Amino acid sequence: MIKLLDVTKVYPRTGAALEGVNLHVPKGEFLFLTGHSGSGKSTTLRLIHMAEQPTSGEVRVSGFSSLRTSRREVWKVRRRVGFVFQDFRLLPGRDAMGNVAFALEVTGTPKKEIRPRAQRLLSQVGLSVKGRSQAHELSGGEQQRVAIARALASEPLVLLADEPTGNLDDRATRGILDLVWELNALGMAVVMATHDLELVRSYPSARVIELDQGRLVYDSSQAEGKE
Amino acid sequence: MANAIREAASAFKRSPLLMGLSTLMVGLALFVMGLFSLATHNLRLALATIEERVEVVAYLREDTRQVDLDAAIETLQTLPGVEEVRYFSKAEALERAIRDLPEIAEVSTDLEVNPFPASLEVSFLPEGRTAEAVEAVAAIAEGFPVVEDVRYGREWVERLFFLRRIGGFTALILGGAFATVATLIIATAIRIAVFARREEIFVMRLVGARDSLIWRPFLLEGAATGLLGGALAILLTWLTYQAVFHFLFALDWIPMSWAWGGVGIGILFGVLASNLAVRRYLKEV
Repeated sequence: MIKLLDVTKVYPRTGAALEGVNLHVPKGEFLFLTGHSGSGKSTTLRLIHMAEQPTSGEVRVSGFSSLRTSRREVWKVRRRVGFVFQDFRLLPGRDAMGNVAFALEVTGTPKKEIRPRAQRLLSQVGLSVKGRSQAHELSGGEQQRVAIARALASEPLVLLADEPTGNLDDRATRGILDLVWELNALGMAVVMATHDLELVRSYPSARVIELDQGRLVYDSSQAEGKE
Repeated sequence: MANAIREAASAFKRSPLLMGLSTLMVGLALFVMGLFSLATHNLRLALATIEERVEVVAYLREDTRQVDLDAAIETLQTLPGVEEVRYFSKAEALERAIRDLPEIAEVSTDLEVNPFPASLEVSFLPEGRTAEAVEAVAAIAEGFPVVEDVRYGREWVERLFFLRRIGGFTALILGGAFATVATLIIATAIRIAVFARREEIFVMRLVGARDSLIWRPFLLEGAATGLLGGALAILLTWLTYQAVFHFLFALDWIPMSWAWGGVGIGILFGVLASNLAVRRYLKEV
């Protein structure tokens, strides 16, 4: 599903963000990506999302290689990889339904199917009655659910989440994690960056990776002798 | 395409103030160009009217033989830039003087001999109205044995052509400056409009929209802003023209090709500015 092969990413101004990282995320896996700020978690997600190219090495996502995928073709990868952010990135001026419908519309969903599918996606994330609410009228947890519904619009095989609970209280955090856990149970791989180790410990069956200064320093699957 | 048009139209509906202000800025920038065009066009026409009066007059000797006169006319007519060579007899010269100068009319009945010489008047084609061409024709005319004297108002002609050169140069510099300012204003207006919608570009790219699908509505929006701005500029220029015509002095409306050219430039700049702005935000995700 996802492979990082000896991946190094160096930024001209700030130096190396990742150094020689090798990682394999199989289908349907739930992976926590942990580490301090600046350890390379977000860079890893951006590389998987092909928002950036590695300086050296190769990233493979669902049959697409970073070596052979041009920026004009990145949209094909994005249809297979959903992405949610800490700050939700919902479109202001559109309600919850509008935000999800927008994603469906721009990915080529036939017009007649957009509203029913948007409604189904909102129901899937537990917001069936909040479709008409503007983004600013929703709580943080609800906004993140809308963002997840939007990420699911193209029926991705993987969900990438960059500190998705960073702006949420404990209860909302738990709700979002449970939702993502349910999606994972349906077969969707999840790669979630977080520095909340308490949260990570409450899902002991998930695989945990730790990055430190751009290097992969811990992999629970290898520690347990799974791979 | 229908989706792109709908998206572009919905941008106007969702942010009418922003899109309206962008259109207004584009319109005002092109309006300045419209006023400049109006002024330039009318100055050009005025200058052309004066230039039409540029001519060389060769006064002929009393004893001119017809054969020599014909030879002179034939030679002058073949010179580059010459439009027409007209012969005015002594009688016609007197007739014209009586018509144009009232004091001559009063004394003409007392004249025993006609004091006015016959002449050849050489007019020039528009492209031949240069100081060099006029001087060359005058010099050649002076060389004919039938010609007594040549007049063409050397100083006046030189000043006129100097004025034309200054006018052309000023128009070029001022026009260039106005066009640059207009371009910057249009680019800024469009960029602000795209900037306000950068989150949409981000989300489109995030969820896997094709680049072409992202571009189209923004390019159409840029084109629509340019088109509406251009139409607004024509309207404002026309209203100014009407006001000047009715309350100050008569002037000519600019050629319609210039007006359509202005709209075309508005559309082109709108599309180019949108293109550049969208390209920038596409790189962010």
